Amino acid sequence: MTHYVSKKRRPKEDGRFITGRGKFVADIKRPGMTHVAMVQSPVPSARLKSIDTSRALALPGVLDVITGEELAAHTRPHQNALDTPEVVVYPMAVDRVRFAGEWVAAVVATSRHIAEDAAELVDVDYELTDFVVDPEQAMLSHAPLVHEAHGSNILLSREFVWGPVDDDAKRSEHKIGFRVRWGRNATVPIETFGVVAQWDEGSGILDIWASIQMPSYAESIAAMLDIPLNTVRAHYDVDVGGSYGVKRGLKHTIVAAYLSRKHGVPVRYIEDRLENMTGGEMHGPDRIFDMTVAFDDDGTINSLGIVAIDDAGANSSRGPLQLGKPVSAICGPYRINSVYYHAISVATNKSGQSAVRGFGQSPTNVAIEACVDRVARFLNLDRLEVRRRNLVKKDEFPWRIPSGSSYDSGDYLAVVEKAVSLSELGTMGARVEQARSQGLLSGIGVVTTLEPGGGNSSFEPLLNPKNTTTTWPESCVVKMDRTGLITAMITTSTSGQGHQTLVATIIGEELRVDPDSIRVVHLDTLTGMPGNTPVASRMAIMLGGAASGAAGKLKTRLATIAAHALDTSPDQLELIEGGFRVAVTPAKSITFAELAIIAHREDHRMPANLEPGLQETFVMQVPTGGELPTPDGVVQMYPCYSFACHICRVEIDPATGKTHIPEYVIAHDCGTVINPDIVRGMVIGGAAHGIGAALYEKFEYNEDGQLLTGSFADYLIPSALEIPDIKLDEHCTPSPHTSHGQKGVGEGGYLGAPAAIACAVNDALVPLGLERWELPLRMGELADQIAGGQTLGNLLGP
Amino acid sequence: MRIELTVNGKRVAHDVEPRLSLVDFLRDELDLTGTHVGCEHGVCGACSVIVDGDAVRSCLMFAVQADGAEVTTIEGVGNGPGTLSALQDAFWETHALQCGYCTPGMIIAAESLLAQNDNPSDQDIREAIEGNLCRCTGYVQIVEAIALAARNIREARS
Repeated sequence: MTHYVSKKRRPKEDGRFITGRGKFVADIKRPGMTHVAMVQSPVPSARLKSIDTSRALALPGVLDVITGEELAAHTRPHQNALDTPEVVVYPMAVDRVRFAGEWVAAVVATSRHIAEDAAELVDVDYELTDFVVDPEQAMLSHAPLVHEAHGSNILLSREFVWGPVDDDAKRSEHKIGFRVRWGRNATVPIETFGVVAQWDEGSGILDIWASIQMPSYAESIAAMLDIPLNTVRAHYDVDVGGSYGVKRGLKHTIVAAYLSRKHGVPVRYIEDRLENMTGGEMHGPDRIFDMTVAFDDDGTINSLGIVAIDDAGANSSRGPLQLGKPVSAICGPYRINSVYYHAISVATNKSGQSAVRGFGQSPTNVAIEACVDRVARFLNLDRLEVRRRNLVKKDEFPWRIPSGSSYDSGDYLAVVEKAVSLSELGTMGARVEQARSQGLLSGIGVVTTLEPGGGNSSFEPLLNPKNTTTTWPESCVVKMDRTGLITAMITTSTSGQGHQTLVATIIGEELRVDPDSIRVVHLDTLTGMPGNTPVASRMAIMLGGAASGAAGKLKTRLATIAAHALDTSPDQLELIEGGFRVAVTPAKSITFAELAIIAHREDHRMPANLEPGLQETFVMQVPTGGELPTPDGVVQMYPCYSFACHICRVEIDPATGKTHIPEYVIAHDCGTVINPDIVRGMVIGGAAHGIGAALYEKFEYNEDGQLLTGSFADYLIPSALEIPDIKLDEHCTPSPHTSHGQKGVGEGGYLGAPAAIACAVNDALVPLGLERWELPLRMGELADQIAGGQTLGNLLGP
Repeated sequence: MRIELTVNGKRVAHDVEPRLSLVDFLRDELDLTGTHVGCEHGVCGACSVIVDGDAVRSCLMFAVQADGAEVTTIEGVGNGPGTLSALQDAFWETHALQCGYCTPGMIIAAESLLAQNDNPSDQDIREAIEGNLCRCTGYVQIVEAIALAARNIREARS
């Protein structure tokens, strides 16, 4: 029985947001603050012949205009995630530009209006050079090079063979292959990226307030500015207006920090929407999958082959690592004996790639689910039945997949049955027929997908042998003050995940204290403890575990003092609300408030040799982690695996290609739920992101290398009229690796929905003899295909 | 240019540049930072405020156009300091937000709806907030919040 965990409780954070009292980066004002606007390249590839800043500098109110050349002379380049030492990237273009939208110059002025005016007065002479937009063209030997010194546009090409791939192919009764495409999109928060930097000459500290969700932020700033790490104070008490992976404005921060140091003033750069979409470098994965699947007559899938070409754009940072995370769930939730995986990252003259919710897992899940549907259709079997036959069974956990990760726990079939029941799948076919009788196309998507959570980031050494990362710890500090009240400290910013609620709920549970009375504050990077921010569905697991650990240590300390005061031993004590009592004589009790006085003021009542005060720190180690990959690429990556079954039905107007989603159901299992409303919001919100990725959202570049979808008028984000009333059911299989059995949940909705929609649309196309595994399934292209009768998705067979 | 207007019940008079948008005026000149900037081209609705009774996009309006107007921002939505409107309370109850960035604009749009229709259907609600984009929630808990607030308002009245 729990007191607070899993119970409905109003999240702590919501009160400030519903009253307009959130503190976002654009709300931060510093005396004498100055403002930056960017000059961006209008062309995808050019030599910078000259940059004339004189007209801009002459405008009253302009402090400075800097070019990439100046910035590069005073900073170090971005650290590459891959082992590509010849790929040298600075925050602003040096000598040449590599994508339309790249920063060429930065203007700093007394207002953003003046900075924008001045940006228009910067005269840049571009000498156009050859460029490449298509990733397969970029891989050809004669392709124009994005980074000449690297000698090729291929940034990564690594083949993995996990298990007896050749033998499994030979023994299988059937083999099919086909292509799946995932379009370039991102989670595009409503708040753009912003940063305020202030170099304080007196203290020698660089203060940073930013809309950031990024591991190693301060470390990267220090490295690029070549200053000691303990000079950088990034403030984590800034509310982040959505991130879902992409809020990684390192280059923005370097520009602002450099300017602040140079001029001795606070410098603010808040992207406008066009700067964000064209030059913010927050686009996500952009993939071509060539899939092969070997299987038997009964639907048993024996082996998968995956060639993934990922278009990383011009400036490769962490983006290509998104080919690595899917290795941790490369078989999906299925008992697949062997996998061939060829991960290829390619540079093109487009915006650089950033991390997006799921870190590459969602595209891969679409490709895997497409395989299962293709197998079922080939064998004329029910698609759900093929899944049932291949799913890992309840008694088979922990289940180790060929690439080395172990799935911790689950009851996949039970979750599937909940989804089947909630969706009334048994009668959904009749509703499909009804829609068809009205002249619509209609189809059902049923997918089963995994969400790895809480990982040790070992995809870094997997894809870059010079990287030795095997853990990503997380910390929590808990103290009880002299009045017996609790304050917890965390070392991360929050972008909607409800970390204050998470931490207060778990500490409240451990200490039998009302979570509403617990304050949770965000430390900065100087005062904070090791932390890695809320990426990879990790905070329920890692921050929850850290809070539990710190609270447990505090409980032990309190019990020691209480036992001394009550003249008993700690093991005779029982935790009650607000204090302890002696189990056998409940009348003997002591409150936390009294223990707090003893610990802070009454040394004569303290046990001997006990440090005064009531404060504890716990640094959570990643469960199951700690090993480098083997030379053949086998590694344990994630401790926890959440599971979901999405079932939906779509209707498509064959004339317009417009897809409508009248029914959408998710049953999911993320272990123990900490706060039900937060979990529900995460799952539904993730699914909404996935619906956007499946049907609407794409950063579309034309053959001239120009981004055609740079505003919300053409990059289409789903509104309340596009997202259906998604229904949820839950199942709970606790994880054996976490403090309360919790698993990750932040990404799961997004990891299932694109696959579900793609499968449903393809099911709707079956009567026409068509298929289309190319996301997003936008209405115009779908209508053209329906009208033309072309099978665009089926390039390799069967 | 000199403008005079009422913001959250208070008279304010300011000299502003003609090109200053209403949202920049509210945020930068009046320090009412609850109104947020999302796209600056009138699509996302994060900057929604109520001007003379209608929810409008303050990024598409110049401050000078608000001369003489009555403006309500999220800071003026509650029933006095320390209180919540029925909608604000319902947004908390259903957790109709995550990062909170679109929330003020969403509440403004919903206030405008409920002022005209205190018994909206789910479809009415979805149409009323269709111009307010949320990237976190998928809207389901927002629709529930607005329906709950409408119910609470009706019950309080009867």
